[in-house]
Amino acid sequence: MVFSPNTNTTVTDSVATVEKSSDTGWIMHHILDSHEIEIPFIGQVPLPHIEFFGIDISITKHVVFMWLACLILIGIFYFVSKSYQKSRIPTGISNLFEILIVFVRDDIVKPTIGKGYEKFLPFLLTIFFFILVCNFIGLVPYGATATSNISVTATLAIISFIVIQAGGMIKNGPFGYFKGLIPHGVPAWLIPVMLVVEILGLFTKPFALAIRLFANMTAGHIVIMALLGLIFILHTAIVIPVSVAFALFIYLLEVLVAFIQAYIFTMLSSLFIGMAVHQDH
Amino acid sequence: MTAMFKIALLAFYSGDGGNGGLLDVAPGLMIWTTVTFILLLLVLKKLAWKPIINSLNERENFIKDSLEKAEKARADAEVLLEENRKNLARAEEDAQKVITQGREYSEKLKAQALEESKAEAKKMIEDATLNIDRKTQEAFSKLKDQIVDIAVDASEKIIRENLDKEKQKNIVDKYIDDLQKN
Repeated sequence: MVFSPNTNTTVTDSVATVEKSSDTGWIMHHILDSHEIEIPFIGQVPLPHIEFFGIDISITKHVVFMWLACLILIGIFYFVSKSYQKSRIPTGISNLFEILIVFVRDDIVKPTIGKGYEKFLPFLLTIFFFILVCNFIGLVPYGATATSNISVTATLAIISFIVIQAGGMIKNGPFGYFKGLIPHGVPAWLIPVMLVVEILGLFTKPFALAIRLFANMTAGHIVIMALLGLIFILHTAIVIPVSVAFALFIYLLEVLVAFIQAYIFTMLSSLFIGMAVHQDH
Repeated sequence: MTAMFKIALLAFYSGDGGNGGLLDVAPGLMIWTTVTFILLLLVLKKLAWKPIINSLNERENFIKDSLEKAEKARADAEVLLEENRKNLARAEEDAQKVITQGREYSEKLKAQALEESKAEAKKMIEDATLNIDRKTQEAFSKLKDQIVDIAVDASEKIIRENLDKEKQKNIVDKYIDDLQKN
C-alpha cells in the first residue's frame, strides 16, 4: 500500500528499482492483475480483498477495468438508443455505433448463422463491444487490459461454449445434436473415433478462442514494454528514438489488433453457433 | 542477447506481489467476469440491442417501403405521361385534320365563288351587249325615220321653192345650153 503524492515519484521509483536490479518484473506488473489500481495524479490505490466460501473474489484491477468498460458501454448505448427514439436519422456518435452494430449483424452474424440469427444477436453484439472496449481501455495510459488476462478470456470462451452448445441442443434436441456431430457417410467402424475427435473439437474451439484473445492482447503490451525497457536495460540514450518509434508502431498495430481480435472472437463464436445450429451442412 | 532471452522468459515468469503468473487462472476473476458479462448482456439487451435493432429494422422497412412507393409512383407517372403524350398526339392529329378539311373547304368555296362570279360577269356582259345592240337598232330606226322626215321636209321645201318660173326656166335653159354644147 503505497500512496505517492504524484505520479512522477512513482515512475522514478520504478525506474530506479529497474536500474538497480535490472529487473523486468515491471513489465509483468503492467500486464498482470493486481490488488492495486494506479490512478493519474493520485497514485496507487489499494483495492479490497474479499473472500467468499474460501474463494478469493477480490475486486482486482482487471475487474475494475471490466466494470469501467461496462459503464462506458451502457452509457454509450443508452445515449444511442435514446437518439433513435428522438429521430430516425442517426447523427454523430450514433452513426459510428450504428455502423459497428450493422457490421456485426450483416457481416458477421447473418452470413455465419443464417436463419434464426436474431436469438444470438444480443449475445454476439455484447461480446463484440465488450471485448472491443476492454481492448481499447488497455491502450489508454493507466488502463489495464482485462482481455489480456487468461481468466477473463477463458470465461468469455466458456460462456461462448455454453451458448454454442445450448444453441445447438435447443435447435436439434440434445440427442439429435450429438448425432449430428458425426458427418454423414462415415464408415461404421470410424464412428467411435469420429465421436472422440468431434467431442474433442467442441472443446478445442473455445480453448483456441481464449488463447488467441489472451495471447494477442498480452503480446502487444509485452512488446511495447520490452521496446521501452531496452532503454533502461542497455543504459543508453541512443536507443531512445528507435525504441520509441518501434513502440509507437506496435501501439498503432495494437489499435488494429484490438479491432481484429474483437472481430475474430465474435466471428468465430458466430461461426461455431452457426455450425452447431445448422448441422446438416 | 540476454535482454532478448529475458523478454522470451517473461511469458512464463511469475510476477511479484503474489498475483500468480501469466497463465494462472484466478477463480475469483472468472466469477467476476461471468457475473459482469451476464449482467452487461442483460442490461444491454434491454437497454440497447432491442430498441436499436428494432429501430434499425423499422428504418430499413421504412426505406424499403419508401423506395417501393417511389418506384410505383414513378411507374404510374410514366404511364400517365405516356397517356398524355398519346392524347396530345391524337389531339394534334385531329387539329391537323380539321385544318386540312377547313382549307380544302375554303378552297372549294373560293373556286365556286370565282366560277359563279365569272359566270355572272359573262352573263352581264352578254346582257349589256344585247342591250347595246337593241339600243343601236332603235337609234338607227329612229335616225332613219328622222332622216326620212327631214328628207321629205327638205324635198317638200325644195319642191315648193322650185315652183318659181324663173328658176325653172333657168334650169331648163341651162339644160338646153348643156345639150347644145355637147
